[in-house]
Amino acid sequence: MKTLMMTSTKHLFLVFLGCGALAISANVSAQQKADPQFEKMMKNSFRAEGIAGLDRIDQDATQKFCSDPIFASSKAGAAKAIEIQKINMATIKQPTDGKYVGDWKSGEAIAQSGRGATWTDTATTPIGGGCYNCHEIDKKEISYGNIGPSLWNYGKNRGYSQEVMTYTWNRINNSKAYNACSNMPRFAHFKLLNEKQIQDLMALLLDPQSPVNQ
Amino acid sequence: MAPVSALLKRCLISSLLIAFGQGAFAQTAADDIAKYREMIADGNPSELYEMSGEELWKKPAGPKNATLEKCDLGLGPGVVDGAAAVLPKYFKDTNRVQDLESRLMTCMDKLQGIPSQGIIDAKFGAGPKKDMDAIVAYIVTHSKGKKINVSTAHPKEKEMYAMGKRAFFFQGGPFDFSCASCHGASGKRIRLQDLPNITTQEGAALGWGYWPAYRVSSGQFWTMQQRLNDCFRQQRFPFPIYGSDVTIALSMYMAKNANGGMIQTPGLKR
Repeated sequence: MKTLMMTSTKHLFLVFLGCGALAISANVSAQQKADPQFEKMMKNSFRAEGIAGLDRIDQDATQKFCSDPIFASSKAGAAKAIEIQKINMATIKQPTDGKYVGDWKSGEAIAQSGRGATWTDTATTPIGGGCYNCHEIDKKEISYGNIGPSLWNYGKNRGYSQEVMTYTWNRINNSKAYNACSNMPRFAHFKLLNEKQIQDLMALLLDPQSPVNQ
Repeated sequence: MAPVSALLKRCLISSLLIAFGQGAFAQTAADDIAKYREMIADGNPSELYEMSGEELWKKPAGPKNATLEKCDLGLGPGVVDGAAAVLPKYFKDTNRVQDLESRLMTCMDKLQGIPSQGIIDAKFGAGPKKDMDAIVAYIVTHSKGKKINVSTAHPKEKEMYAMGKRAFFFQGGPFDFSCASCHGASGKRIRLQDLPNITTQEGAALGWGYWPAYRVSSGQFWTMQQRLNDCFRQQRFPFPIYGSDVTIALSMYMAKNANGGMIQTPGLKR
């Protein structure tokens, strides 16, 4: 299991690496200090609007760590990154019904939508996965972004083993469990997508019938 | 305004249809927009805003019934030519670093007696913000072709730049996004939209040098304040207050990084 995870993780890791690694080299051994003046500026510069409350700029440990790319890419930062990944891994829940793969057609619709969670949305606006914003997925969709890696032939290339299923499930639920400062939102952690929606996205990538795997 | 923007939209849509209809998938949206820019090179719709802005600049207004013609935008009272190329900048009278919009609010307050709060609270494109948009269009048109030349010599300017840099990398919200999530690496896109890398001189000049701009998709002229506001909206952040320090700090970070680049405002954007 461990070796298999190692190889498949390595393979998949490369695929997911596109997430904007900030290669800034510097000999800095500590995370940037809290700056009261900066904090005052942030506090005074925003106001709550609709569903976007001021609590959105209260950072958690992951956000704090990733806001300092110089430290994050330092030697001491690498050790801290492992700690951050552990915190995020601990938040992931496996599917309650044991099902990893749902309906790829709904998955495609979720991947297409980049809506939701802004101050012009309401609490009931469905939140999309926004996947095509950053990833190529089904080649038929030519309007795709490239901040993340291509997911075309995702299952066809990796196979449909339980290891691949679990890894992909974890990655969609909380990408920071593998790459502390991945650019991908933590979809389950912030309740952006529910279990059913994540199962449907899983199907888009890992159902052999999905257009992604043709 | 409506018929002009409707016509422009139709032009853009048909040029996109031609591009994709021929299966030219390798062609980026940027190519199409460049083609479209060429098509209307003689008539950026921002000119309409600029014309009304010039009138507003010279027309007595507010409780003091005064014009803005003595407004000091950084190069001396009344100097409009090239003023936008040196902003944001430290101003002694307010003891603050100010961008174009916040400086104009100071002038409206001091010279005309128009309180800033009403402008801050207005909706984009409406009421006093509509007048502000026009005046901004007028000012920035008079820096077109000038080199971006922003100073960080004053300690407050230096400090603002440092805070802007920190704000650029500040992650928050339910998506964990910072400005750098989209604008921290080169060659990146959201869907087909190219994203300038603002940490580089070239990318910063592409961003800072082309805003304020006329947006074809919305048929509106957008100031940099509005551009930043919509970035934060899509970042899933709370609402940045108009003219607040975080917006000026980020502008300082962009403008200083862009130094040496060319001001192309008002730009023309998707």
